[in-house]
Amino acid sequence: MSETTATSTDGATAEGAAAPHETTGATIELENLTKRYAGSGDPAVDSVNMEIKAGEIVILVGPSGCGKSTTLKMINRLIEPTSGRIRIGGEDVTDMDPVKLRRKIGYAIQSSGLFPHMTVAQNIALVPKMIGWGKAKTKSRVEEMLDLVGLDPGEFHGRYPRQLSGGQQQRVGVARALAADPPVLLMDEPFGAVDPITRDHLQDELIRLQHELHKTIVFVTHDFDEAIKLGDRIAVLRERSHIAQFDTPEAILTNPADDFVSGFVGAGAALKRLNLTRVRDVEIADFATVTVDDPLQDIFDKLRSSGTNELLLLDKRRRPYKWLRRGDLMRAEGSLARAGTLVHDTVTRDATLRDALEAVLTDNAGRVAVTGRRGEFTGVVDMQTLLNSVHEMLEADRLDAVEHQHELQEQRALLTHHEQEGNGGAAKA
Amino acid sequence: MNFWDYLGNRHQQLLTDAYQHASAVFQCMVVATVIGVLIGVITYRSEWAGSLATTATSTLLTIPSLAMIGLLIPVVGLGVAPTVIALTLYGLLPIVRNAIVGLRGVDPSLVDAAKGIGMSRAARLVKVELPIAWPPILTGIRVSTQMLMGIAAIAAYASGPGLGNEIFRGIGSLGSKNALNQVLAGTLGIIVLALLFDAAYILIGRLTISRGIRV
Repeated sequence: MSETTATSTDGATAEGAAAPHETTGATIELENLTKRYAGSGDPAVDSVNMEIKAGEIVILVGPSGCGKSTTLKMINRLIEPTSGRIRIGGEDVTDMDPVKLRRKIGYAIQSSGLFPHMTVAQNIALVPKMIGWGKAKTKSRVEEMLDLVGLDPGEFHGRYPRQLSGGQQQRVGVARALAADPPVLLMDEPFGAVDPITRDHLQDELIRLQHELHKTIVFVTHDFDEAIKLGDRIAVLRERSHIAQFDTPEAILTNPADDFVSGFVGAGAALKRLNLTRVRDVEIADFATVTVDDPLQDIFDKLRSSGTNELLLLDKRRRPYKWLRRGDLMRAEGSLARAGTLVHDTVTRDATLRDALEAVLTDNAGRVAVTGRRGEFTGVVDMQTLLNSVHEMLEADRLDAVEHQHELQEQRALLTHHEQEGNGGAAKA
Repeated sequence: MNFWDYLGNRHQQLLTDAYQHASAVFQCMVVATVIGVLIGVITYRSEWAGSLATTATSTLLTIPSLAMIGLLIPVVGLGVAPTVIALTLYGLLPIVRNAIVGLRGVDPSLVDAAKGIGMSRAARLVKVELPIAWPPILTGIRVSTQMLMGIAAIAAYASGPGLGNEIFRGIGSLGSKNALNQVLAGTLGIIVLALLFDAAYILIGRLTISRGIRV
């Protein structure tokens, strides 16, 4: 956990320095937040305590009806908490005018929530207008936001929501939520109603956006894979919004706190863990290569001297072209035109290990070529490398988790200690 | 004297009556729209208040128009007053009912979104709920107007304005040579007015319903 936090903070500072005008997120603290509906015995949300750091994405994930949405809606007080405090950026907002509060918090919901009778531009301009921005400033902000979410301002500006696809609507919804540059963004299953391919795109977009903006994002979903993909930290909630585990995706995957969490993580935690590591993080092996321009004799020599059975033939731009085996060369009869097997799958250094494993599994020799930015060959990843890396990774996660557990226990012990002393003091006062 | 001659002779009188008829209906519609939408806005969020408003206005509509005007005469006298009151009351039902249905039909997630981005109660109503509920409300207004066109004819009974005078005069002198012409002129006049109003509503709809929700 500590590692991830450190990197994200570093990233924020570095990019913050590059673009100093960008607002960064604010912290959110929930303290004993409870919602009890009249007439029902058990509270819907029971005493949630949570500290969310500035600029991080926290995912609230849990089964339907666990109170995750209720918890989210209490942050902008769409649902008034029965008791407990909410602090945003250190400021207690529990008793603030909710209308004013919500203008400082972006809010994006499932099925976008765009107003159908307003154009895209009018929808996005709503909050800037409400907080009194001038016409010119609002207008340029609308264009900027459309650009930010990847929609051409000229084309989409005057359209009505029903003239957009589901994914486009969702983008506009996010643009509207971010229009007044709020430090905090609440997202309530925003990608729940779009098809899987679009959802994947939107998730990538959100990650990219967050790299630029560093908002504090609280994101509700029931899809654990989405949580793993997006979250800096994930809070797994059980009924009444009790936090079963609040930790980094890595820690939850490798060291679920209890049966509930492991049940929710579902089968294949190790496979899901592969999604969190990139090819560039594992050892990429070198491989003997020749190019199509090399004379046939050189290729033979190379094959003999390299001591392997196989060479990778690269094309003129050094992109992987064919796998050449010794036997292929014997049958080549002076021309490489028909020799060897075409390389049908490569992965980039940014691909996840899961993609790499997929490619390795489908390759009949159990390896995949890794390519650089312009498709040029940089190395090879094979089954053995993957296996070793995964083992190392899981081992490291386990150690981290154990260490973290210790830290937590120490903290808890310290806290209890303080509390006892504090309570004693309060009682005296 | 055939019908066309009659029209030629009396066009001055007929046009005045038609103008007064249209003017009475129009003014009553404006008042009924304001009151009806207000009632809708006040009651739509509560189940029982909404039903109460709908039931009350539909009860009003079941009172025969002649009786309603007859009952109003002793209270407010003859002439314009009973006409305006009766027409306004009759015009309420379609508007109130459509306003309630329209406002209740606004997608709750949109109201949630409006709240979530920091719109006040009033802003939500004016900027989101009413514009989205406007097409059904406008339909209510249209239905109401058609209805009032006919009912306004009865107003002549209370010496009110409009084409009803023509019809009542004709009925009063049945058997005379112009009786049929009078009734016919009054009735046709009302139909023509109704059609003109309807055309006007189509135009208003074009101008006021956002392209984003137009069917």
